[in-house]
Amino acid sequence: MNVLQFTDKGIWCPAGDFYIDPWKPVQRAVITHAHSDHARWGSAHYLCQKETVPLLQLRLGADISVQGMDYGEMLSINGVRVSLHPAGHIIGSAQVRVEQNGEVWVASGDYKLEQDGISAPFEPVRCHTFITESTFGLPVYRWQPQQQIITDINRWIYENQQAGKASVLLAYSLGKAQRLLHSLQDTVPHFLAHGAIANVNELLRNNGYPLPLVERITPETPKSAFKNAVVMAPPSADDTVWMRRFQPYSLGVCSGWMQVRGNMRRRNADAGFALSDHADWKGLLSAVDATGAEQVYATHGFSSVFARYLQEKGIAAKEVTTAYGEEEIITNTES
Amino acid sequence: MQQFSQLVKLLGNSTKTNEKLEALSQYFATAPAKDKTWVLALFSGRRPKRTVNSTQLKTWCLQATGLQEWLFDECYHTVGDLAETISLLLPPLTQPMAAPLHYWLEQLQQLEQATEAIKQQFILNAWDQLDDGERFVFNKLITGGFRIGVSQKMMVNALSRTYQIPPATLSHMISGNWNPGAVTIEELLHQSTTGADASRPYPFFLAYALEDTPAALGDIAGWQAEWKWDGIRGQIIKREDQLFVWSRGEELITDKFPEFAPLLTSLPNGTVIDGEILTFANGAPLPFQTLQTRIGRKNITRKQLQEAPVAFLSYDLLEWEGTDIREQPLAERRQLLETLVAAQQQPALLLSPVITCHTWEELTALRLQAREKMSEGIMLKKRSAVYQVGRKRGDWWKWKIDPYTIDAVMIYAQKGHGRRSNLYTDYTFAVKDGDALVPFTKAYSGLTDKEIAELDNWIKRHSLEKFGPVRTVQASQVFEIAFEGIAASNRHKSGVALRFPRISRWRKDKPVAEINTIEDLKALLQLSQHQDGSSA
Repeated sequence: MNVLQFTDKGIWCPAGDFYIDPWKPVQRAVITHAHSDHARWGSAHYLCQKETVPLLQLRLGADISVQGMDYGEMLSINGVRVSLHPAGHIIGSAQVRVEQNGEVWVASGDYKLEQDGISAPFEPVRCHTFITESTFGLPVYRWQPQQQIITDINRWIYENQQAGKASVLLAYSLGKAQRLLHSLQDTVPHFLAHGAIANVNELLRNNGYPLPLVERITPETPKSAFKNAVVMAPPSADDTVWMRRFQPYSLGVCSGWMQVRGNMRRRNADAGFALSDHADWKGLLSAVDATGAEQVYATHGFSSVFARYLQEKGIAAKEVTTAYGEEEIITNTES
Repeated sequence: MQQFSQLVKLLGNSTKTNEKLEALSQYFATAPAKDKTWVLALFSGRRPKRTVNSTQLKTWCLQATGLQEWLFDECYHTVGDLAETISLLLPPLTQPMAAPLHYWLEQLQQLEQATEAIKQQFILNAWDQLDDGERFVFNKLITGGFRIGVSQKMMVNALSRTYQIPPATLSHMISGNWNPGAVTIEELLHQSTTGADASRPYPFFLAYALEDTPAALGDIAGWQAEWKWDGIRGQIIKREDQLFVWSRGEELITDKFPEFAPLLTSLPNGTVIDGEILTFANGAPLPFQTLQTRIGRKNITRKQLQEAPVAFLSYDLLEWEGTDIREQPLAERRQLLETLVAAQQQPALLLSPVITCHTWEELTALRLQAREKMSEGIMLKKRSAVYQVGRKRGDWWKWKIDPYTIDAVMIYAQKGHGRRSNLYTDYTFAVKDGDALVPFTKAYSGLTDKEIAELDNWIKRHSLEKFGPVRTVQASQVFEIAFEGIAASNRHKSGVALRFPRISRWRKDKPVAEINTIEDLKALLQLSQHQDGSSA
């Protein structure tokens, strides 16, 4: 029997009787990170990395039963050894290592290799079988270094200010928003933010993260506050009346999908920054390489392409269907 | 090249007309002279001669990257643009070189006679000297087709801003035959509007669709009604003892239509006629499909000339006795045109007849005969109007008949290009043939962005099989397909080919059991062939 199996509820460990990122309610859920396609409501008990605990409570309710673990800490469940290791995706994101009778499987959740300055850096874990995401599993996805992209964003903000416009950055409220706040804080003296982003920011600041203060936008915020301002908004705010208050403004979308012109033009964004919390093609390959795995399962993303490529390299690779991501999705993406 | 690549980036991303206009006129004010002329040429569809083809680009990219072909193809289907795919796949540059746009274009032109090996060397070197944005535009220069959200109108407005010349005058100045390698933009814009180049056509006046009832246009006596013909809009020019035939796409097509050759001797010098090129026999137009057999062929066979003879249905006279008469009212121009055409006695030069009619009601009734006349509807032109430049509201209206419609089910989907990249936007539809489904058309347009996103999501969840870039999907989504014409075709499994098919509605209310059948299509086909015969 395999250490981990793919079921219609999620990735299941038969010996330990727990699920990793289940998409249906289960008794015991091990959660890789607090994004909504991985951390779903309704399970009886949750286990996750310590820093994910408050985020899970924010998203799933303060009354959930949740246990936090340190990175590297080992837990034994019915004789199966379970530990969490940094995935570098967002704060608290983890790969799940499961060991049974000396056989090691690792489920990656979402990950990126580049250090973003706020998430614990990705750590490769040796294993026999690696279950990897493949959101950007095509060679056209090759990220510029973060510093380069931040320089571009700063220049864009400067040009907007010269033109008397506000700069509205669309970024996912958990993850991308903190990454931007952290990276832009030396050049941007004051941030305004949508309530969804302000909520996460306050929570993390209260938990000791050195994130800059943001001003929450409310119906009372005077229009004058938006002149030449830098505003953070979640992708869901795009194309809503809520955005009108910023006029005149320039819209910048921060997502790996912005690597391709067509996606950017479709978003009607004024600027697109291919800043992603997922690994690019080379990142995925080097992560797989570093695990030393003989067997790889590619989950959400360009899974069939990535699996085929690995097969041709001599690795036993398969694509599996999960409820993560939503294959090749563009809208409401968390990337 | 940097400056041009940045211009392309801005034009491609911006959604605001003013911003684009500003960027363009800024470019025309600051770019090197030779670059400007090239940009003008590129953005008005004057593609440089192809010296390297897409297959070569792909092969050399595979070589430069070491990628397998299937992986390259996957990338291409997702990105939806060859030039961009290659620019994203190539390794970072190692020898940056700052050369202007015209340098690269001239180099490319010089490759015409070069061997494959020299071409390859040049392209690989260029890729290594250009950054990502520059590589993209460089590849675009080779693959052609700068469709980046700049209309000819916008470019004319930008030039007009920079050079302080009225748009109508300017668009005439830049029309016609000129070689971007041989003239400067200043030379183009300092010539007088007649003279200089004898072949130069006038910018076409185009109509908007009439959405109201024509009664809103006032007294019918002030209007000239004609059938709206479905051919190639064109201009016939006779100047300095030479004959030129232009298409609306500003392509010189004189040699494709030997039928017009006798006009060289019969037309007086200094004549420009606006009209429609149609296949025409026994006093009536033939279906558009017959004209298609004449388009895109270099050598025309005697058989083609016999089966698909061409005529020019004249709409308007723009130049007469060497004088630009576009400012005269239509009524006067029409009179001159009628006299001219009558005097010619040329079988290939006809008048587009005026529909005589005294009330809008009468015309409304006549419009129902449009299909029998092999026309798409009616054109309404104000008798007192001057001949304007480009698409303008007010004086000319096209009043088209309602299209045919068929309810069909989607069976295949493929990812689109450009701003539709990585989205399933190209669909194939089928009608019922007994218990089976038979594909009969593709359609790419007609859905809103929101509907496209919804359908894309559905396709990703309901695809059955993958054949290269094509996915077969569960046959359950029903759409109303509208089209302008139908013809028999032995190239299609269904036996029919449609003209201008597009999606008119997503019929979420309709079950697959109730879609149309192949018999319904054949009935439409017979109907249209019958009309064809009756009008002959």
